[in-house]
Amino acid sequence: MTDTAPAIELKGISKSFGPVQANKDIAMRVMPGTIHGIIGENGAGKSTLMSILYGFYKADRGEIFIGGKEARITDSQSAIAAGIGMVFQHFKLVQNFTVLENIILGAEDGPMLRPSLARARGVLKQLSDEYELSVDPDQLIENLSVGHQQRVEILKALYRQADILILDEPTGVLTPAEADHLFRILDNLRSEGKTIILITHKLREIMEITDTVSVMRRGQMTATVKTAETSPGELAELMVGRKVLLQVDKSPAKVGAPILQIENLRHVDSHGVERLRGVSLEVRAGEVLGIAGVAGNGQSELLEVLGGYADATGSVTVNGKPLPLTGTGADGAARRKTGIAHVPEDRQTEGLIMPYTAWENTVFGYHREPEFQSGMLMDNAKIREQAQDKMTRYDVRPPDPSLPAKAFSGGNQQKIVLAREIERDPDVLLIGQPTRGVDIGAIEFIHKEIIRLRDTGKAILLVSVELDEIFALSDRIAVMFDGQVMGERMPNETDQTELGLLMAGVTERPGGDPIKAVDAALEQKEQREASQHD
Amino acid sequence: MDKMPAWADAVLVPLISILLAAILSALVILAIGENPVEAFNLMVEGALMRSAGWGYTLYYTTNFIFTGLCAAVAFHAKMFNIGGEGQAMIGGLGVALVCLFIPFPHWTVALLVAIVAAGAFGALWALIPAYLQAKRGSHIVITTIMFNFIASAVLNYVLVNLLRPQGAMDPATARFPEATQLPTFQDMFATADNPLFRGSPANVTFFLAVLACVAFWFLMWRTRLGYEIRAFGHSESAVKYAGISPVRITIVAMLISGGLAGMMALNTTMGEAERLVMNATEGAGFIGIAVALMGRSHPVGIFLAALLFGFLYQGGAELALWTNIPRELITVIQALVILFTGALDNMVRMPLERLFVALGRKDA
Repeated sequence: MTDTAPAIELKGISKSFGPVQANKDIAMRVMPGTIHGIIGENGAGKSTLMSILYGFYKADRGEIFIGGKEARITDSQSAIAAGIGMVFQHFKLVQNFTVLENIILGAEDGPMLRPSLARARGVLKQLSDEYELSVDPDQLIENLSVGHQQRVEILKALYRQADILILDEPTGVLTPAEADHLFRILDNLRSEGKTIILITHKLREIMEITDTVSVMRRGQMTATVKTAETSPGELAELMVGRKVLLQVDKSPAKVGAPILQIENLRHVDSHGVERLRGVSLEVRAGEVLGIAGVAGNGQSELLEVLGGYADATGSVTVNGKPLPLTGTGADGAARRKTGIAHVPEDRQTEGLIMPYTAWENTVFGYHREPEFQSGMLMDNAKIREQAQDKMTRYDVRPPDPSLPAKAFSGGNQQKIVLAREIERDPDVLLIGQPTRGVDIGAIEFIHKEIIRLRDTGKAILLVSVELDEIFALSDRIAVMFDGQVMGERMPNETDQTELGLLMAGVTERPGGDPIKAVDAALEQKEQREASQHD
Repeated sequence: MDKMPAWADAVLVPLISILLAAILSALVILAIGENPVEAFNLMVEGALMRSAGWGYTLYYTTNFIFTGLCAAVAFHAKMFNIGGEGQAMIGGLGVALVCLFIPFPHWTVALLVAIVAAGAFGALWALIPAYLQAKRGSHIVITTIMFNFIASAVLNYVLVNLLRPQGAMDPATARFPEATQLPTFQDMFATADNPLFRGSPANVTFFLAVLACVAFWFLMWRTRLGYEIRAFGHSESAVKYAGISPVRITIVAMLISGGLAGMMALNTTMGEAERLVMNATEGAGFIGIAVALMGRSHPVGIFLAALLFGFLYQGGAELALWTNIPRELITVIQALVILFTGALDNMVRMPLERLFVALGRKDA
């Protein structure tokens, strides 16, 4: 073992963007036939490091050795030639091409397509059998589930004869069952001698599948350990540099009267696909209702409808008063007036205007309130003053209201949104993915704020794809799949396995193979969407 | 700082761009056997060294301010209004109608009514593309370009068939009544022993244009509407989240944009020609796009850029008059300035940015 050359060895890799040092003197060795995890907070420099390895960025300093030989990786072509394959978080697939066409794209054998396609079909068949990577080669990408699309990405890399596979946050968009399947694939790849680098921020995945793990913090690799010799607690501590509470301290909810009542809500998107199919929910004063589910099962649409910017049928009442769901009166401004505040899932495209200053952002959506006007003009001095105050109280760093929103880190951007929405003293708070892309330090703060708001008797509807977050915050959990609520559970009466099955559309624990039941449910969902799509 | 300071972005980048355009223009002039230094002197002499030259320069500047603001409003809402030209033509029609058919007691009253008419006609011409964009998703670039042709055809028809005085040969309206004629700079500033601005067309609408710059700044950075327009320009999904109607913002922004283009006609029609002629706009609607790009959609920048283009127009006319440099070449020079300040902006900005980052690192 000791004299085999490492599959990848990095020495002294450094990279800065302007004054920001994204990677500092990184050294890493990964042996062939192993799975190596890289874990770290957002912005720790994981993606930069992988982009250097894949030729997207050029390191300022440092050397890369592949299989013991120094490799000069200047672009993705040379990375592929060196045997590196990359599966990005956001897939790079042509939606209206078939699986086969996508696989040969950029790796055609000659000017004519037919021979390439024929060869690819053969290779694909072989790979599928070898690694449990079955996909229909003639299916269009747009008709495939996310899990299958990911398999196509892996196949693409293998078709290009990658020996080293890098996966960037591969399970972010998968159901637990799909993630299990992915891990089985990775396991097969490992036993065939492939080397895999898994980038993730989920401790559980690291513990489950990796052989060795490196921890990154603030652009530096703070530790590399054997997975078998470490613990989630230790890794978390290495990630943040201090001990972290993975649990949120909270007292039992003092639940009051129903505030937000949703009855048989239906929403059809612009393609004619029904995204909400008769959702009924109730959120009461002083409780957090958590909506669990894999992204893309109607949670986003639920928030959009409640937030007033997507039409729907059915009924929604706040404090017994029905809300208009279409036409005039069904917009974000009207919703805010009825006491609904909304921290949207995507703060960069919805919650904030990124080039606007922090102070301009602190009134966004509330800028028509009389208190922010002076005559025909906006009272900018007052808005600025209040912004300063909010930023201090919500610990936004740096507390400078005249910086543009894009100058803040993800966590601080989220605090700006949170401050704006909470400070209006709403009856109902809709909150989507509150800690997506937020560093661990800020997560604690945001979770505490949500619980504090709950304890003042507000009704909180929380949507998150992170099951850990759902468990940590919710007083009640509803699981959504394919536009419907599959069931409600109390957090102390359920577990990740049961919720995982519900999230995949399986309501009962199946007697046979759970994977089969999950696949069947997903297939049904896809067929419905495809048949409605116009 | 991973960026260069704001002043460099606002001042240095356009200055270097202009310099590059000037150097290239000089080479072109050299190539046809003329002396670029002499040509430059002639332009400065003709456009800036005499008050009459200034009178022409500021006349053109007035046009470009209005059309520059027109393009800038649309830019803030992330729309490309190519239709300034057509909107200005139709605005001219509005001016002509009120001037010809309402008996005004004094030019001040006439001006006030004409402002409303010019704005309303221009805005109306922008309304249809705006509506189509907002409600039907027809791309505003395509529709506004088409509306330029329609405007030109409409104006042609109206001038030839409806407003042309009997017996007249050219497609133009009758001369406007005396009471609607706006005071020129000559009327305002020339004295018996100091004949300033003699014969030049600059008139009181220049001050209106300056006022429009101020109003534009207040609108964009101090009012709720401006806040919403700029937000819409940055992120449509955010605007929906905030409860601002994209349809409303699209239409309102285009109305303001079209209205500003329409007001340009006050200068050409009421201020200069004192009647409506076929090609009163002379492409100012298109120059406005370059002015807005160069001026970073900010009123101060637009004013300065409009001044530059006013200088180029007037200086170019002088060149054509006094040298063998053909008129077409002057268009080439103007096009080079547009190319460098508008389209090739990043060619200058990016190396400059890198330079500043490098300098900044040394300091740190």
